[in-house]
Amino acid sequence: MSSFTLISAALRRRKTRTFLTFSSVMFAFLIFGVLSMLQTAFSMGVDIANEDRLVVRHRVSLFQLLPQSYEAEMEAIPGVVDAMHFTWFGGVYQDPSNFFMQSPVEPAEYLDMYPEVSLPEAAKLRWIETRNGAIAGQALVERFGWEVGDRIPIQPTIWQQEGRGDEAWEFELVGVYDSDVEGFDKTQFLFRYDFFDEARSFGRGQIGWYSVRIADPDRAAEVATAIDATFQNSAAETKSESEGAFAAGFANQVGNLGLIVTSILAAVFFTILLVAGNTMAQSVRERIGEIGLLKALGFTATRVQRLVLMESVTLVTTAGFLGMVLAVGLERVLRPALAAYFPGLFLRPEDLVLGLGLAVATGLIVGIFPARRAMRLETALALRQL
Amino acid sequence: MSEKETSETGTGNGAGAAPEAMVDVRNVQRTFQRGRTPVPVLRGLSLRMAPGEFLALMGPSGSGKSTLLNLIAGLDRPTSGEVIVGGAPIHRLSERKLAGWRSRNIGFVFQFSNLLGALSAERNVGVPLLLTSFSARERRRRVEIALQIVGLADRARHRPRELSGGEQQRVGIARALVNDPMLLVCDEPTGDLDRATSNEILDLLVALNRDQGKTILMVTHDPMAAERASRTLQLEDGRLAAGAEDDAIVTARPEAAGVGA
Repeated sequence: MSSFTLISAALRRRKTRTFLTFSSVMFAFLIFGVLSMLQTAFSMGVDIANEDRLVVRHRVSLFQLLPQSYEAEMEAIPGVVDAMHFTWFGGVYQDPSNFFMQSPVEPAEYLDMYPEVSLPEAAKLRWIETRNGAIAGQALVERFGWEVGDRIPIQPTIWQQEGRGDEAWEFELVGVYDSDVEGFDKTQFLFRYDFFDEARSFGRGQIGWYSVRIADPDRAAEVATAIDATFQNSAAETKSESEGAFAAGFANQVGNLGLIVTSILAAVFFTILLVAGNTMAQSVRERIGEIGLLKALGFTATRVQRLVLMESVTLVTTAGFLGMVLAVGLERVLRPALAAYFPGLFLRPEDLVLGLGLAVATGLIVGIFPARRAMRLETALALRQL
Repeated sequence: MSEKETSETGTGNGAGAAPEAMVDVRNVQRTFQRGRTPVPVLRGLSLRMAPGEFLALMGPSGSGKSTLLNLIAGLDRPTSGEVIVGGAPIHRLSERKLAGWRSRNIGFVFQFSNLLGALSAERNVGVPLLLTSFSARERRRRVEIALQIVGLADRARHRPRELSGGEQQRVGIARALVNDPMLLVCDEPTGDLDRATSNEILDLLVALNRDQGKTILMVTHDPMAAERASRTLQLEDGRLAAGAEDDAIVTARPEAAGVGA
């Protein structure tokens, strides 16, 4: 028998009330977990953005093209180590709802630029040998049940093949890439730029945007300015920004997710403070005689205060912990199921720690006033309520 | 009557006369504030209790019985005067030290047993032991003995709602005994019980006084309960009743403890 016996007895005193409070706190933390996951999913690119990579796009918009010749010019700018390009292909595989990102790239340059991508050596070789070869992310392959060697027809919506009208582009899947970096997009479909450039009916020598590696992340702003200055007053002016800013711009097209999530969570936690706070206040109010008894038996005021605080922390923390466990469970179910749609859907360890920290803090805040009240009760007066 | 005489006449039945008073209350005043108005409840009261004595405090409502009991049990402090229990001047102890002192020296029995409903009888009895450094084994042993003394060893695992009113009160007494206190203070211990059950509880208190030598201070409204004590004091308007001071602090009944025991 320990102090915990008393805490547990106090919590079991009104089982229904404890259960209801416990459940509301638990669901609040489940909501916290789910919203954190969604926020991570939407801001995935921001979180995994590499500090030594810049994205250079057309100043007007992402969908305006840039000359491929900029690559060599950019590589000559001091501070730039390497540059490679992507182009939004925007094709349809079987059905328009089967959305995933497709882009032509220079295989060797792409793999150099993204060391976080792991692709088997054999696949690399096959990609270099096969003109219409393409690689796809693990999640994408699982989503459509593809196998290496499969022929993947992609219906063009922008880029038609020269002299073939609406006819589908046919790619051969030569490899499947993966990544150890949590949240890295494994839903991309990448094929060779030389094949694409030769076959397309217009826009030859034009690309979508550049990914640029810089020598010193601390000088990113300076290099970005230098790049934009180089192409100022040209037919295609550029806008250079960090990979994180680029990804954040993408994510914020949905709205300011951070603010939305924070607002919802603030409302949820405010409600929880009221619900759990009311439970604790009522619980102490009903137990004035009992608390007087404990004091009469020799429990000091500080000890009584600690008991009430521990009661509140136990209630809220256990419920919060269980809520987070449920969120982790939900993540285990949703992550594989939605991997192809939300590649970054996962609960970050720091969000788990934040959740548990919030649970303890909520428990303390909720318990502090009832605990002080219990501490200050005059023993002789409290005993009259026995 | 002088304090010395009080002590001499106040010897209990079991322990016999003792050289030093277990309880020595000296010229105590206790005044409460009601708004800005001072309300005197005890007005210069003195009394002594010998070790092993079973003293009943009687008097009308508002006469100061419970206030006096609270002062002697270390739940309250006098406005002036001294309260010495077991040789300790408890009126001088800090709140924190007083709590520790109560846990070691005082066993409380209340009108309602006020057991924690979610805990079994044995766990309720063990609550005061949470404040001690006894090993788990020693705690178990003490709980067992306390329950045996009150005759409830076989009900140890029962929850309060599975026990009768008398049994619940006996669990309350076991809880008061578990730390082996030097003084048992009982505030209307039979106030909520029927006559037969009251008698059982009083038998138990008398036996504790007689066989274990426990010093007992009991506040009661019930003259039949008071009769079971070895001595009865009447309080009136914050003082010992007229005649009580002159007459060996009212009635000493050394034979009373044996009644019904």
